[in-house]
Amino acid sequence: MQDNLHVERRVISVIVKNEASVLSRITDLFSGRGYNIESLTVAPVPDSEYSRLTIATSGSVRVIEQITKQLHKLIPVLRVYEHTDLVEKEMAMIKFPLNESLSDIETLCNVYNGKIVNVGKDVVIAMVADEPHRIGFFLEAIKRFNPKEIVRGGTVALER
Amino acid sequence: MQISGAQMVIEALIAEEVEVIFGYPGGAIMNVYDEIYKQNKFQHILSRHEQAAVHSAEGYAKKSGKVGVSLITSGPGFTNAVTGLADAYMDSIPMVVISGQVPMSLIGTDAFQEIDAVGISRSCTKHNYLVTDAADLPRVMKEAFYIASTGRPGPVHIDIPKDVTAQIAEFNYPKNISLDTYKPTTKGNVRQIKKAIDAIEKASRPLLYLGGGIINANATEQVREFASMCGIPAVETFMGRGVMGDSNPLRIGMLGMHGNYASNMAISECDLVIGIGVRFDDRVTGKLSEFAKNADIIHVDIDPASISKLVNAHYPIVGDVKNVVTEFIALAKNKIKSEKYVPWLDSIAKLDKLHPLSYKEDSDRIKPQWVVERIGELLGDDANISTDVGQHQMWTAQFYPFSRPRQFMSSGGLGTMGYGFPAAIGVKRADPSRTSINITGDGSILMNIQELMTSVIYKLPVINVILNNNYLGMVRQWQTLFYDDRKSETVLEEQPDFKMVSEGFGGIGYRVTTKEEFDAALKDAIEKDVVAMIEVIVDRDENVMPMVPAGGSLFNMMLPSNSTEGSK
Repeated sequence: MQDNLHVERRVISVIVKNEASVLSRITDLFSGRGYNIESLTVAPVPDSEYSRLTIATSGSVRVIEQITKQLHKLIPVLRVYEHTDLVEKEMAMIKFPLNESLSDIETLCNVYNGKIVNVGKDVVIAMVADEPHRIGFFLEAIKRFNPKEIVRGGTVALER
Repeated sequence: MQISGAQMVIEALIAEEVEVIFGYPGGAIMNVYDEIYKQNKFQHILSRHEQAAVHSAEGYAKKSGKVGVSLITSGPGFTNAVTGLADAYMDSIPMVVISGQVPMSLIGTDAFQEIDAVGISRSCTKHNYLVTDAADLPRVMKEAFYIASTGRPGPVHIDIPKDVTAQIAEFNYPKNISLDTYKPTTKGNVRQIKKAIDAIEKASRPLLYLGGGIINANATEQVREFASMCGIPAVETFMGRGVMGDSNPLRIGMLGMHGNYASNMAISECDLVIGIGVRFDDRVTGKLSEFAKNADIIHVDIDPASISKLVNAHYPIVGDVKNVVTEFIALAKNKIKSEKYVPWLDSIAKLDKLHPLSYKEDSDRIKPQWVVERIGELLGDDANISTDVGQHQMWTAQFYPFSRPRQFMSSGGLGTMGYGFPAAIGVKRADPSRTSINITGDGSILMNIQELMTSVIYKLPVINVILNNNYLGMVRQWQTLFYDDRKSETVLEEQPDFKMVSEGFGGIGYRVTTKEEFDAALKDAIEKDVVAMIEVIVDRDENVMPMVPAGGSLFNMMLPSNSTEGSK
C-alpha cells in the first residue's frame, strides 16, 4: 500500500469505558506508534458508563486505518467511528481589553455563532462556536482587537 | 465468603487451574507470599531474577498452551520483569503477571520501592490493571486470564497495592465472563473465505506463508491437512518453525532475513500468498515494496490490526486460524486440484538444488551449524529446543529438524538475550519427559546465568549448549559485513570457565573442541539428568547465511561462498 501516502485530516470518535487511566491508554497509543493528535476532547456520554473522545488527527489512508484498528484493540474501547460525513464544531473563548470596540466585537462574534458572555472591570470575554477552520478565520479577524487570551475547546463531531 | 485480597489471588489461581507459578518475593507482595506458604494446590518456583521468572512462565506457557503466571514485588521487582512482559507481548504469549505495589496511601509519594507500574506496562501488555479495592479482585483476575488467553494472546499485568491484599472483601469467583468492549472475532467471514478459495483455485503459483499464530491457535493439524490436500508448498516464519514438520515434502523452509534461498525466491515468484497467523514482520519481508510483488495476498489472522498494517491484503480474513482453515478445507475439497501445482513445486525444488541451506565443514574446527544438526540427529523429536538471541538462534532455526509445534521456544519479536535458559526451565516443567535444550551463545548465556540455581534446586535440568565463538557473533557479523570489520565491543576474549560455573551451582559442565567430545558430553549430560553447560568451541568467523541485508529485497540474498558444497 505504498500507493496512498497522501496525508489527510480525519476526525475519529472513540467510545470508551469510564475507568481509571483510559485516557492514558489512548494518548500512549498515539505517542507510542508515532501518530499525530491535532485535538482531543473528552466528556462522559450521558446516562452510561462510557465516555466519548473526539480526536482530530492526520495521516495517510493506511495510518488512519491503523489508528482505528489499534484504538479498537484497546480493551476498554467499545466503538471507534472514523467520520467521513460529519458535522464538526469547536468552541473558542477570547478575552479582550475593555477599551476595544464592543459593538465591533459583538458583530464579528455573531457571524461565528457567538457573543460577548462576560464583562469585567478591565476585560470582556466573548465566545464563538463554529467549524474548526472557521474558528481559525475568526481568530485571525479579531487580532486587530488585541485579544489578551484565547482558548480553543477542541473539536467535537457527529456523523450526519 | 469474606477473605483477604491475598487469599483471593490464591483462590483465583486455583480456580484457573494453575499448577505452577514463577516468582520472587518482596515487601509489597508479602501478603500474597504468606498465603502461598499456607497452600499446597500449586507449586511456586523461586527464580533468581524477576526477568527470568517471567521468561520461565513464558516458556511454560508456550510449551503447555496454558496461561503462564508470574508473581513479583513492586519497584525493582516489577521493572526487572518488564523485559519479560515486552517479550511476551511481542510474541503473543498468554501470561498473567501479578505485581505488588506500595499501599494506596503511599502511591504518588515516591515511597520506597514505588514505581508507576501500570504506567510502564501499558505499552507492553495486552491489558493491565491497578486494583484499588479488594472487591474488584475476583473480576479482575477472571478478566485477566480471559483476556490473556483469548483473541490474539498476550500478557496481562495486575498491580495490587499492599493494603488491598490485606483488605477483606467478599469473594465470589465469576464462572463466566463477557466483556462489552472485548469480543474477538473468531469466525471468519464466509464470503471472504469463499473468495479466497476461488483465488487459490485460479492461482498457478500459490504459496502458504505460515506463522506463529497457527501454533497459538493449535491449528497445525488443519494447516498440514490443507497444504497436503491442495498440494500447495509452504514457507514458515521463524515463529512458525514446527508448523509443517521438517520432513513434510511441501515445506520449502524458513523465509526472511536468514531464510533459505528457495523460500525467499518462492515468495518473490509466487502469484498468491496465503498468509496464515503471520504479521509481515520486517525481518520476514525485507523491502516492503518488493515483497511478494507478483502476488495477491490472502491474510488470515485473529488480530484485525495485523491485516493490511504493512502489506495490503487483497483477501483479508479476520478470525481464529483453526476455524478459518477448517472452512478452507471444506471448501477446497473437490475444488482444488493438487496436480495443477506440480510444475510450481518442481521449479521450487530446482531453486533449492541451486542453493541449498549449507555450510562448509572444516576438519580442524567444529562448525556451529554442525552442533545444531548433531543435536537434531541424536535427539530430534525427543528434545524441546530453546534459544537465546544471535547467530546460534538463527542456526537453530535453520538447521534443527523440528517436527512439531511448541518444540521451538525463542524470542522472535523482541529478540531478548537471556530468554533461552529460563524459558527452557519453564519448558522442562511443562514437558518433563523430553530433554530441554537451550542452544545459546557465549554472550547470551551470561544474561540470566543465575538460573543455574533454579534449575538445580527444582530438578528441572536444562542442557545449555553454548556455541562459544568469543564474540557477540551476530553484531560481529554485521560489523564485518557493514562496518568494515571494526569489531566495536563485540570481542569477548575473556569468558568464564563455564564448566566451573555450572559446577559451582551444583550442575555439571563440559568444554568440548571435537565432535567426539561433543557426542560424549551430550550423552553424559542426558544420563546425569542435572543442569549442564556444554561449551563448544566453534569456528569463530562463521557467518549466518543466506542473509538479506536489513531493508533489502528478499531475492537479493548474500549466499555462502561454498553454497553448493556443504553437507546439506
